Amino acid sequence: MAVEHPVTVPSGDQTRIHNIGYRTYDGPRLGRSYATRSLYSQSLRGAYGLGRSVKSKVLPMLLFVVMCVPAAIMVAVAVATKAHDLPVDYTRYAIIMQAVISLYVASQAPQSVSRDLRFKTVPLYFSRPIETADYVRAKYAALASAMFILTAAPLIVLYVGALLAKLDFADQTKGFGQGLVSVALLSLLFAGIGLVIASVTPRRGFGIAAVIAVMTISYGAVSTLQAIADAQGSSSAVPWIGLFSPVTLIDGLQSAFLGANSAFPGAVGPSNGEGVVYVLAVLGLIAASYGLLMRRYKKVGL
Amino acid sequence: MIATESLSKRFPRVTALDRLSLDVGPGVTGLVGANGAGKSTMIKILLGLSPASEGRAEVLGLDVATKGAAIRERVGYMPEHDCLPPDVSATEFVVHMARMSGLPPTAARERTADTLRHVGLYEERYRPIGGYSTGMKQRVKLAQALVHDPQLVFLDEPTNGLDPVGRDDMLGLIRRIYTDFGISVLVTSHLLGELERTCDHVVVIDGGKLLRSSSTTDFTQTTTTLAVEVTDTDEHPDGTRAVREALQARGVEVLDSQSGLPGAGHILLLTAQGEETYDVVRDLVADLGLGLVRMEQRRHHISEVFTNEDEQRKEAVGHGS
Repeated sequence: MAVEHPVTVPSGDQTRIHNIGYRTYDGPRLGRSYATRSLYSQSLRGAYGLGRSVKSKVLPMLLFVVMCVPAAIMVAVAVATKAHDLPVDYTRYAIIMQAVISLYVASQAPQSVSRDLRFKTVPLYFSRPIETADYVRAKYAALASAMFILTAAPLIVLYVGALLAKLDFADQTKGFGQGLVSVALLSLLFAGIGLVIASVTPRRGFGIAAVIAVMTISYGAVSTLQAIADAQGSSSAVPWIGLFSPVTLIDGLQSAFLGANSAFPGAVGPSNGEGVVYVLAVLGLIAASYGLLMRRYKKVGL
Repeated sequence: MIATESLSKRFPRVTALDRLSLDVGPGVTGLVGANGAGKSTMIKILLGLSPASEGRAEVLGLDVATKGAAIRERVGYMPEHDCLPPDVSATEFVVHMARMSGLPPTAARERTADTLRHVGLYEERYRPIGGYSTGMKQRVKLAQALVHDPQLVFLDEPTNGLDPVGRDDMLGLIRRIYTDFGISVLVTSHLLGELERTCDHVVVIDGGKLLRSSSTTDFTQTTTTLAVEVTDTDEHPDGTRAVREALQARGVEVLDSQSGLPGAGHILLLTAQGEETYDVVRDLVADLGLGLVRMEQRRHHISEVFTNEDEQRKEAVGHGS
């Protein structure tokens, strides 16, 4: 602190230590929406470990690679064999890779919110211009965007590959578009569920375990029940059971409206009428996640 | 800077603030109270994060009920508890917090470098915060509260958990925030002693009620106690006694030394009547040819103020009946 005291120099001495002292800030203060955007970009970068330690980059980057490699292989095969179609539909890709996506959301949702709770950084945010809603929106948007990058990147690989293989342009573009809508909904749904679970606990480990449990156990249980229902001939129950896990929700929704082939047993997706229920369930869950997060952070405060 | 008018905050079971009216001007103001006296509740209301049950408050001329965001843009806040993620460096963390206060990216980086230097963090600012000492962490917490060049900072128990040297450093830094940086400070503590040396004005609250609000000189006039320790020489085998007698001869009031504490017999406690007392002690010890081991102000616990107040209140009641 001795640095701060003005240094007196004998007159005539040419060497001088300039002490600039404290400088005030008169520049612009960009306010609430800028702060929210800053939090969004910081959280989005954080979801891939950017701006964090090397250790925290490993898992998200690895999962990203794991997501993209199969797409690259499929493209390579399609180009090499001069196939007339890609081996997998755009809409189907995320369903096949659902375990990787669940793992990603399980690892990054707690990273995004549990850390702020655990190290009590949240009060620092709320002592600044942003409000509770800004924080929730920035965090939700950031994780949903991160998941969209994760799920849309392989689709882009497939699409570019399909164009290189000179497959039918209109057909591929339509499939690609449907795929993007599907993964956008999936990103919003998974990010919402992941954040709600993670925001309850300041412990990262619990958060990861809880998200994995909800995502995979529900999927396992629902698929098993669907298989049993199908085997016992009551296949009309299959779509209704599908409402109870995030993965099958997206699967059902896209088979009803986005031209996807269902992964449900017997490949029978929900009809249009049942599909409406799926859409309502997905949108309802996204809205409920947002509402629960808002309620959660109203309480956190200082 | 801050003005409150019969500000009250009631929770279902507790009254945290009870018709508190305050007027705080520029400078360093200490907010003193025991744990649970309502200090943190007060800061929350002043930041516009918690609505008051009754009354009104203004910070920098802005109403807390309606202009919360505008207030938070111009005010800094350093919380009492830990609030730093361990896996990022101080620089990264403070830059992020500067941007959260609305500073553009370039300005955020420049201000971070400046502010960290001013709070006394140099090379270590590039290392992850997890490896910092408590004193360094407190400095980072302070830096994030100052980085956006606020007009006023709220510091909640900034000396908590620091050793005596760290405590003095922090208090010196707090003083400089006003004198060198021109930023007014509201600092809370449960120790009155450490605030009276740092603050221009001290406000004491207890149970949500205003107990006392006065400039620090009022406090120091009535409460300064000096602790003096001297060496023994061949000429004066019991230096302490020699000094005590000499002081009493000069008319300086020497208090009973605390018993039961190790080395207590070697410490003289005396009431300082002002700046002259220090000179008297120094000259006297020098005349006796003794070595002066220490001469320091004793820290007072806030309870002493309460005791005095209680006595005054009892007296008042006694006169009334």
